[in-house]
Amino acid sequence: MNSAQVASRPPTDWASPKMRTRIARRYRSESIFRNLGLFALVLAASFLAFLLFTVVRDGWQGFLSTDVKISITYDPAVLGIDPAATKGPNAQAALQAGDFQAVMAAGVAKLGDEADTVSEGAWLVLRKQLMEDPALLGKTVSVWVPAKSTIDLLAKGKFDLSKPELERGVSDADVAHFNDLKKAGLLRTGFSRIFITGADSTSPELAGIWGATVGSLLTLFVTLSLAFPVGVLSAIYLEEFAKRNRWTDLIEVSINNLAAVPSIIYGLLGLAVFLNFLDMPRSAPVVGGLTLALMTFPVIVIAGRVAIKSVPPSIRDAALGIGASKVQVVFQHVLPLALPGILTGTIIGMARALGETAPLLMIGMRAFVSDTPVGLTSPATALPVQVFLWSDDVARGFVEKTSAAIMVLLVFLLLMNSLAIYLRNKYERRW
Amino acid sequence: MTVMDLSAQNVPVARGIAETDVTTKMTARHVNVFYGTKQAIKDVSIDITRENVTAFIGPSGCGKSTFLRCLNRMNDTVDSARVEGEIKLDGTDIYTGDMDVVQLRARVGMVFQKPNPFPKSIYDNVAYGPSIHGLASSKADMDSIVEGSLRRAGLWDEVKDRLTESGTALSGGQQQRLCIARAIAVDPEVILMDEPCSALDPIATARIEELIDELRGRYAIVIVTHNMQQAARVSQRTAFFHLGTMVEYGNTSDIFTNPVEQRTRDYITGRYG
Ligand SMILES: Nc1ncnc2c1ncn2[C@@H]1O[C@H](COP(=O)(O)OP(=O)(O)OP(=O)(O)O)[C@@H](O)[C@H]1O
Ligand SMILES: [Mg+2]
Repeated sequence: MNSAQVASRPPTDWASPKMRTRIARRYRSESIFRNLGLFALVLAASFLAFLLFTVVRDGWQGFLSTDVKISITYDPAVLGIDPAATKGPNAQAALQAGDFQAVMAAGVAKLGDEADTVSEGAWLVLRKQLMEDPALLGKTVSVWVPAKSTIDLLAKGKFDLSKPELERGVSDADVAHFNDLKKAGLLRTGFSRIFITGADSTSPELAGIWGATVGSLLTLFVTLSLAFPVGVLSAIYLEEFAKRNRWTDLIEVSINNLAAVPSIIYGLLGLAVFLNFLDMPRSAPVVGGLTLALMTFPVIVIAGRVAIKSVPPSIRDAALGIGASKVQVVFQHVLPLALPGILTGTIIGMARALGETAPLLMIGMRAFVSDTPVGLTSPATALPVQVFLWSDDVARGFVEKTSAAIMVLLVFLLLMNSLAIYLRNKYERRW
Repeated sequence: MTVMDLSAQNVPVARGIAETDVTTKMTARHVNVFYGTKQAIKDVSIDITRENVTAFIGPSGCGKSTFLRCLNRMNDTVDSARVEGEIKLDGTDIYTGDMDVVQLRARVGMVFQKPNPFPKSIYDNVAYGPSIHGLASSKADMDSIVEGSLRRAGLWDEVKDRLTESGTALSGGQQQRLCIARAIAVDPEVILMDEPCSALDPIATARIEELIDELRGRYAIVIVTHNMQQAARVSQRTAFFHLGTMVEYGNTSDIFTNPVEQRTRDYITGRYG
């Protein structure tokens, strides 16, 4: 284009109708995209809100339980406990051996027709009470014991009583008993200690979440203490020391692929290696932890490498330039700066491990465990597995327990993710 | 090492370097550097003396930084880099097993183009070198090393009340002086500076130039610069690099007023670069 052409070109008319339509079109497409984005966000948020809403709606009453008031006589004769033995050094053992079922049967019989409303496992409450307060031996006291699940559900209004007996899932007799007890003031619904402190049970009213929580914590402890050091050291080695060649490329690709392997495969691996080959105990947190560590390790390696890579090379140069050794550079400069990123990745990996169910099923952590685990090798289950087990149970009372267990699991996940976000914000890049 | 030796070994030009009262700190002979198969430095030989500031000048990409980084083996960190030839510090070859690379880098310090203080306190920045090399016997000793280094770097008065603040919170010019203080805290014998003022304003630059002048004589100083005036102001020796070779090396005044090579003349007068 020569200068004559430039000169002959008419001045741009920014206000011409064509320009105006172009501007209008631009504004339109902008607003369409903005609204689409907003719509997608609202949709995602409402799915989440719906999920949370249903879980909380179904689950909050899982934290409540209904008790029946009965009068119990801790008769040493019925219990079969020698009162002298309760003063001795083995007092607790002597008390524990008592026949509390007989004492309960006697107490419950006094309810007459309503005897059927008490949970069969209520004697556990009696045993606990007497062991905590041996002075009650020989006395008659009134005790709140858990009602059976049907009564509990009636108290929470879970049945539609306007339906005919066969369709509503509760017998007329139970409804009548419930109404009688209620009129007599022998029922109360309140916060359930059993749910918070107990372990699994076949009866919904006696089932608790604490056993699974402890199982999860033990499992995560094993996972963390294995996957974190191994993962961080691997990341450091690959990033800072390893020469780039075909082998390190191969390792890198393998680790990235490991992170994408479906978790059930890790379960099969754990089953084959830890249980069948190494003969480790079934259903044990140590095996669950090892299996989940295999799964979490690549996540930590990847997060660690990203964090280490993001430390600027100028920091390494600075340290090397005044005569720091490679190890000093890594541990005194690179690692401290990369640590927040590594920790964030680790916590996210751990949160994933906490929510993992499939591999734990494979290594036997789906067993029915009615005791809170006390060590790394005692039989245990984990929170997500507990959710799975309860959701599978036919007893109607487990519906709300399932949702309550989900709430507990979500609270833990929320805590871990908030910690990750907190760490990320607190140690923002400082260079 | 005298001018005789240099010319005997085909050093391009080393006119007028005939003082006998200078101490040669480092010598490089027939140095070739390759990145993979690409040659970045071709047969460079040079003597670095303690009494003089040596400036490396030349167009971008001619290999100044590459050669500078050979002098304290910072090129070791580049996987593809390979160094041939002989570089000696006080007569000891720095690329042989006798020389520990960590100790070498303490003796041959480096200041980088972009100020790169550690994200630690000002005090810790300066104290880091002495502490890893065990140069301070006590806390009080360390305090005096830190103060002395900051004073020599001309930074003490500005930071003495905020030693615990982060080094990264300083201004660019202050950060660069902090980096110089950090380098001199380990009491090196040679200081290599790769375009130390390129990120600084004229006032901070003048401050650093003054500083280089004050440090001269105590440390052998090599400075890479793109600024001809700066080379003329701070250095006594200048080496002109072009396409990986050292075209001309001599007294700064000679190089700038009366260069032998046409390429040098063209570069200095700004005809290319
Ligand atoms: N890490 C590296 N890998 C491969 N080639 C490199 C590397 N570093 C530098 N080079 C090449 O070596 C040559 C010399 O680079 P060098 O950085 O030494 O130049 P320079 O003179 O310092 O340039 P400038 O004045 O722009 O800083 C250039 O051609 C460059 O592309
Ligand atoms: Mg350079």
